[in-house]
Amino acid sequence: MTNVVVAGAGTIGSLLAAFLGRVADVSVLVRREEHAAALNRDGLRVSGRADFTSHVAAATDPADLPAPELVIVASKGNDLEAVADRLRGEFEDATVMTIQNGLGAEEVVASRGGWPLLSSVTFMSGTRHSDSHVEYILDTATWIGPYRNTTPADARRVAELIAASGLKAEAFDDLRPAQWSKLIFNATVNGVAALTGLPHDPHFAGEPLGPLVHALVDEGKATAEAAGVKLREDPWEMNVLATQRGHAHRPSMLEDVEAKRPTEVDLINGALVREATRTNVPVPLHRALYALVKAKEASYS
Amino acid sequence: VRICVVGCGAVGSLFAANLAQLEDVEVWAFDASQPHVDAINARGLRLSGVGEVVGSVRATTNAAELPPCDFGIVATKTMHTDAAISATAHAFADGYVATVQNGLGNEETLAEHVQRVIRGTTFPAGKILEPGHVQWDVKGDTTFGPFGETPLEAVRRLADACTRGGMPAYAVEDARGPQWRKVIFNASTNPIGALTGLTHGRVCERPDLRALVSGLVDEGKAVAAAQGIVLDADPEELIDHAAKPEVAYDHKASMLQDVEARRQTEVDYLNGGIVRFGRERGVPTPLNEAIWALVKGVEASWQQ
Repeated sequence: MTNVVVAGAGTIGSLLAAFLGRVADVSVLVRREEHAAALNRDGLRVSGRADFTSHVAAATDPADLPAPELVIVASKGNDLEAVADRLRGEFEDATVMTIQNGLGAEEVVASRGGWPLLSSVTFMSGTRHSDSHVEYILDTATWIGPYRNTTPADARRVAELIAASGLKAEAFDDLRPAQWSKLIFNATVNGVAALTGLPHDPHFAGEPLGPLVHALVDEGKATAEAAGVKLREDPWEMNVLATQRGHAHRPSMLEDVEAKRPTEVDLINGALVREATRTNVPVPLHRALYALVKAKEASYS
Repeated sequence: VRICVVGCGAVGSLFAANLAQLEDVEVWAFDASQPHVDAINARGLRLSGVGEVVGSVRATTNAAELPPCDFGIVATKTMHTDAAISATAHAFADGYVATVQNGLGNEETLAEHVQRVIRGTTFPAGKILEPGHVQWDVKGDTTFGPFGETPLEAVRRLADACTRGGMPAYAVEDARGPQWRKVIFNASTNPIGALTGLTHGRVCERPDLRALVSGLVDEGKAVAAAQGIVLDADPEELIDHAAKPEVAYDHKASMLQDVEARRQTEVDYLNGGIVRFGRERGVPTPLNEAIWALVKGVEASWQQ
């Protein structure tokens, strides 16, 4: 079987590790000793849309893990720099795939080593109940594309592996259209949710919040166009569709501010505003949203 | 002269208790809180803080008990204006009704129910300590001006009574300048505090957030200018002044206090008011619209 290392076991990392554990030899690289101990002792339980427990090997030191063909860097964006630092000089025969929200995760990892790189974005979601238990909530897809020294065929092989494990995955020749669709969607929906306290529910498509969401999406589309990216999906339509699902998703940025944790706003909203600045696209509403969420983080102390 | 304060919360109580010091003025108060009304009738309306005053005020929760009045002073929260004036309008059939409320649109709401309306903006502040007892935190001026056909002479009589009673008030031909100055100040700072949880001073020391405040101020100024309103002071200077440690650095905006207590805010009459007047004049107000929508979203989240 394929050897896979999942680096970082938050919600997304835990879901990937558990599912891939059914079709591959999976090891998990974590930061805390007790996290590794819990995984080695209990395995990784999935509830919600699936119900099983997967055997995984876990360690806090990359040297303790078997040499993988594939490394998935699945840490939250805020931990990415630290996790990427620990990969330096390790796993030299592996292909490395990023899956963080926003833009720029690929560059962070690329600067730490010469591995072939794949890029991905994921729409699945879950809730992490403990170090060894994750609930699978939204069974939406993960999209994968080549980034550096990889081919569409490499992306397809990883997509097939993930799909074989029971998750949804799709490969693209160029990921940027999908990545930008998600970036604009996340910057808008997560920011508005974090500031209002609303889960992603029909308020986001009605009065008076809908027009703001639409205007934020329009700013994002103008930025994508200036960056030469043709969007795969219209983020406004993604928004409307998501609010009609019946289950109102709680974006991670909302959960972060409620728990008074640092959010991924710099990687998501910050990335969009930086791209807009670079391409001279006016984005006053995204600037406002970014400043407000940063200020909300500052209010924790 | 008989004056009825409609909505005898903190600000209404400042007017009622001070006006009651005058021998030639009979003061009534209409308020929804029975304990507050009972305490006022039993022991008088008491102010403490920057001024110590006890006023003899006749208070009621029953609008039918109100006699005909020469003046009304409406001091309810803005979302209660319509209900308060429709209940009490009969008392002002031959009188004048002034608003000392926050925000935009109160005069128009009053004019739907009574003939003669006076525009007003007031700066004193306080809080209710217990029924019948209000803490007077800040002294300040009130500016009154005619709305519609109201003659300036009537506005002067009200301002004169307030001034003699200890609430300095001016009567001016156009009171929109101070009103819009206050509205722009509040609309540009209060919701930012409410959305972020930061005090006024901390909002102002974050360059990206201070730039957003300026963007909101600029839109408000443009809407005021399109109506020919001359602001009596620059909101930007007032905002920077208030951010000083010795002024209001640590002040939590009233809207932040509302949000923390999950009370409906006055955003519809602040940012929402700027948006409405902007639409009438064809002045775009995208930032005020965004902030308005976000605070409405916060209010909606309490229903979850």
